[in-house]
Amino acid sequence: MTADLELDCRGMLCPLPVIELGKRYTEVPVGGLVAVAATDVAARTDVPAWCRMRGQEYVGVEPAADGVPRYLVRRAS
Amino acid sequence: MPPSAYLDAASSEPLHPAARDTLLAALDRGYADPRRLHGPGRDARLLLDNARAVVAECLGVRPDEVSFTHSGTEAVHRGLLGLRAGRPWAGSAVAYSAVEHSAVLHALEWTRSEDHVVLPVDRLGRVTGPVPAGLAAVAVQSANHEVGTLQPLDRLDLPDRTPLFVDAGASMGRLPLPDRWDVLAGSAHKWGGPAGVGVLVVRKGTFWANAFPGEDPLDESATGFPNVPAALAAAAALRAVVAERDEVNARQFALIDRIRAAAAAVPDVEVVGDPVDRLPHLVTFSCLYVDGEALVTELDRRGYGVASGSACTASTLTPSRVLEAMGVLTHGNVRVSLTRDTTDEQVDGFLAALPQVVRDIRAEAGL
Repeated sequence: MTADLELDCRGMLCPLPVIELGKRYTEVPVGGLVAVAATDVAARTDVPAWCRMRGQEYVGVEPAADGVPRYLVRRAS
Repeated sequence: MPPSAYLDAASSEPLHPAARDTLLAALDRGYADPRRLHGPGRDARLLLDNARAVVAECLGVRPDEVSFTHSGTEAVHRGLLGLRAGRPWAGSAVAYSAVEHSAVLHALEWTRSEDHVVLPVDRLGRVTGPVPAGLAAVAVQSANHEVGTLQPLDRLDLPDRTPLFVDAGASMGRLPLPDRWDVLAGSAHKWGGPAGVGVLVVRKGTFWANAFPGEDPLDESATGFPNVPAALAAAAALRAVVAERDEVNARQFALIDRIRAAAAAVPDVEVVGDPVDRLPHLVTFSCLYVDGEALVTELDRRGYGVASGSACTASTLTPSRVLEAMGVLTHGNVRVSLTRDTTDEQVDGFLAALPQVVRDIRAEAGL
């Protein structure tokens, strides 16, 4: 899935990927898609939890070209 | 200066005064081998039998169902694997909740089976059934050690005749046991007894066999030379804790309610676990955008000792399986657990420090 904003968080440890997401998701318009590529295993739980806490929509996860999980978030507000 | 506080009783409760007195007295009397027929041996045997009788009475079980192990972890390993060894015809697969203590997981990993079944939990950490039939055993804790949620053991949809192993480590002494169990495990230092004493209870009539190398029997489910003074001290602490638990639990429950409300009022903090059906003395919450290690370190600098399930604070560098299974935030995690003498003033001090610490760490991250 093509995202409006790609956040490369490879090699970052928790909570840095979620901090990056929290700081930058407003760069896309409401309805826009943000992708967070993260090697840190905590992102698997923490990106969906962030969506729930911040009222954003968690779309799902798919592997990037290098196999790293890419977590997809739709800006809802 | 507000009073500092050790707020990690769920890792280990300080020694109860009743245990200290008993331990000191028993150290001089309980040294001999309780298997021997001479006077000092008979004396040690008397003390050990007394410890067993007290623990049985406090738990509402039979004395001959109780044995002492050298740790809670050992009680879990022997208890759970003994259920499989006792019914070899039932196969090796075990169903266990996704939020069991690592002692359960390590026991099952050691005896790997492709067929183990993980029972999911809901957002509050409560195990949901149904449990499939045809397994060697089912392992479900009495209460969760990280988030405090009580497991609905007496309402769980369990297949008939599948034995139930209950890790009661988080609740033993603090709360009555559930009605349903076949084998129970507990750990004395979690209720204010000394470290190095586990309790294993095998219900009469259960198919249970020692899954480890045996030795000359003292009783069939124990192992090694017993630490008689520590067992007696653990029993004394348990008796004291059970006697005072109505008063202590009510006080702790109210203090935890205050911490839950105050933590939830900090922006972007999620308080997890069941707010009502929970252990009286424990609460866990997670702070968005906050590094767990920084949080624990900063709180410690201000005099508050807390635990954390965040990856950066774990020996394994992976986030807490419990928080993961519940689907709640794993970073910025703090577990607060009160000792029996934690005061209102200590909680006030902690609650005054918490929002500042969270704000400072977020500010450092540019948020």
